Amino acid sequence: MKRFVAIAAALGLGLAGGLAAGAAKAAEKLKAAWVYVGPVGDFGYSYQHDLGRKAVEKALGDKVQTTYVENVQEGPDAERAIERLARDGNKIIFTTSFGFMDPTIKVAKKYPNIYFEHATGFKREKNVATFSARFYEGRYVIGQIAGKMSKTNTVGYIVSFPIPEVVSGINAFMLGAQSVNPNIKVKIVWVNSWYDPGKEADAAKVLVSQGADILVQHTDSTAPLQVAQEKGILGFGQSSDMAKFAPKAQITAITDDWDPYYISRVKAVLDGTWKSTDTWDGMKEGMVVLPPIQNVPADVKALAEGTMAKITAGTLKPFAGPIFKQDGSQVIPAGKELDDPAILSMNWYVKGIDDKLPQ
Amino acid sequence: MRIELEKRPERAEIFAWASPLIAVALTVVTGGLIFALAGINPLKGLYVFFIEPFTSLWSIEELIVKATPLVLIGVGLSIAYRANVWNIGAEGQFTMGAIFGAAVPILLNGWNDPSTLVAMLVLGTIGGMVWGAIPALLKVRFGANEILTSLMLVYVSQLLLDWLVRGIWRDPKGFNFPKSVGFDGWQTMPVIGDGRVNLGTAIALVIAVLLAVLMSRTLKGFEVRVLGQAPRAGRFAGFSSERMVVFAFLLSGGLAGLAGIMEVASTIGQLQPNISPGYGFTAIIVAFLGRLNPIGVIFAGIVLAVSYLGGEAAQVGLGISDKTARVFQGILLFYILACDTLILYRIRLVGRAPAEARAHA
Repeated sequence: MKRFVAIAAALGLGLAGGLAAGAAKAAEKLKAAWVYVGPVGDFGYSYQHDLGRKAVEKALGDKVQTTYVENVQEGPDAERAIERLARDGNKIIFTTSFGFMDPTIKVAKKYPNIYFEHATGFKREKNVATFSARFYEGRYVIGQIAGKMSKTNTVGYIVSFPIPEVVSGINAFMLGAQSVNPNIKVKIVWVNSWYDPGKEADAAKVLVSQGADILVQHTDSTAPLQVAQEKGILGFGQSSDMAKFAPKAQITAITDDWDPYYISRVKAVLDGTWKSTDTWDGMKEGMVVLPPIQNVPADVKALAEGTMAKITAGTLKPFAGPIFKQDGSQVIPAGKELDDPAILSMNWYVKGIDDKLPQ
Repeated sequence: MRIELEKRPERAEIFAWASPLIAVALTVVTGGLIFALAGINPLKGLYVFFIEPFTSLWSIEELIVKATPLVLIGVGLSIAYRANVWNIGAEGQFTMGAIFGAAVPILLNGWNDPSTLVAMLVLGTIGGMVWGAIPALLKVRFGANEILTSLMLVYVSQLLLDWLVRGIWRDPKGFNFPKSVGFDGWQTMPVIGDGRVNLGTAIALVIAVLLAVLMSRTLKGFEVRVLGQAPRAGRFAGFSSERMVVFAFLLSGGLAGLAGIMEVASTIGQLQPNISPGYGFTAIIVAFLGRLNPIGVIFAGIVLAVSYLGGEAAQVGLGISDKTARVFQGILLFYILACDTLILYRIRLVGRAPAEARAHA
């Protein structure tokens, strides 16, 4: 807290610093750190978080000093990696994968004066906030595009783990696709990894050989899109704009823009206004962004942009009823929509998906 | 001038002990070169990587936590390798130990007294032994190569763990995320001090010492060495190499299983898809660096733990890639294997002239 006051004084936000000690500490920067599950060079999920870190450095300049640890396994090493950053004098630590949830909480309890920000989890503390993006909004839009663009009426979908974030993405995609093409089929391959270019490429080839002419991925490498490019079909990027890896194949991508969130949270620490919050933002807040749509006819592009505008305005909810499960039972009637807890714990498929959810 | 390797008349015992030290020294020098090439002050780099982990109580404790499973698996493997039994699947036995042991808190969640922990540790050891017994029996019964079978079983065990934590053992209150219920009280290892060091370290040390005694002071130890070095002589002495295969796999598998349940019951505190950053494979390097000697393995475990923690410290302190730690481990193993040639061979520098003369002859 003492240091906090010193920083506040230095910025002229609080006390008019007169003490020599205060002045000596004035030059000290706020240290902020990030923990990534993958390599920053994945050009997907971790890469995008790292862009956020760089945005913080750019926006707040010499008031902050940032570091990161990459490729941290979601196992026994996570706690140590986080604690190391806490001991290293970082005031705010962003842990960016679901599996870091319990280690983050454990370390946070030991260091009550440090702020923690955990992505995609559900446990919070006085000094632990959570944040995530409504990725499913973007998936509804690309579902519509795929529904329009597929000639074989078959979409190949490469997925990582059957957690609610991924399952709700599959469902939103299917609902979007069905809204424009009732005959659309989705074939799913689980690769059980967030980042495994070899497996992802193999899965992509299998799906293409089964007749898929659109590839969708919820894994972080650029491999599936590169296969799409090679086979002359279309696909969508994940987490990051992957157009430069597959300029002819990528229609658009579901990118996570963490910049504004990270900047505002680090600023809050600088200002002394940080509070534990639960943030789940989407297109409206600019956390889910689709880069310019390409490689499709103008009418499809217009349709997708219209849908994006409606989601941004809040007039279209991807999980609006009526929605039916695979067995035909109704989840939510017309006129109502699924609430956040239902989306956050989704473990069922909507009707029409040709796959059994791994249980 | 060229370099020639010449076979020594007998093993050079001095190099048998000096080789790991030379290898570590060469690794440090090469590491300094790598830092220099990456534009980092080599002294600062080496300090952050190799010295800093020893400069605070917290990081020393973390070193011990990291070294514990490596040592426990490493001592088991060192004896198996001594007996010429190539158990490469410790990672799988580790995983099965974790699964067997974790069955207690997951299926009988209400049971929480000291006997719970004992049951978990015993079941974990049995889990590792069961998984180790499979390649042993395949080898004895069908002559199947144990390197392949034990390695393949690693993937089977990992998929089984994956299936369990995503399916029937998933925490019903965990929002469908692939994790079991959390363990607490006597379902976890008692902590020593206020960090993460726990009873497991003491258990690992006691077992290492016991195995050192077994190897140097008992008939069983003699049997292991004889069958490892001269199987035929062993048979004349009435030792059975089949029984030795089973013994080595049960021992190394059981210890790997124990390491697995201890890791799950301490640093992780629940079952989840990822429970090991490859401890079972790293322990192979540990066993060799420790000269296949249980006491040597204790020190080797610490060296490897330093390479992990140093790699992390280098990321935070120097901003270099996490691949550094892997590169250092690879260089270390490379130098050990290279230096081990010195045990059986000596290096001779041969002048150019005689070589050419021979070519003309």
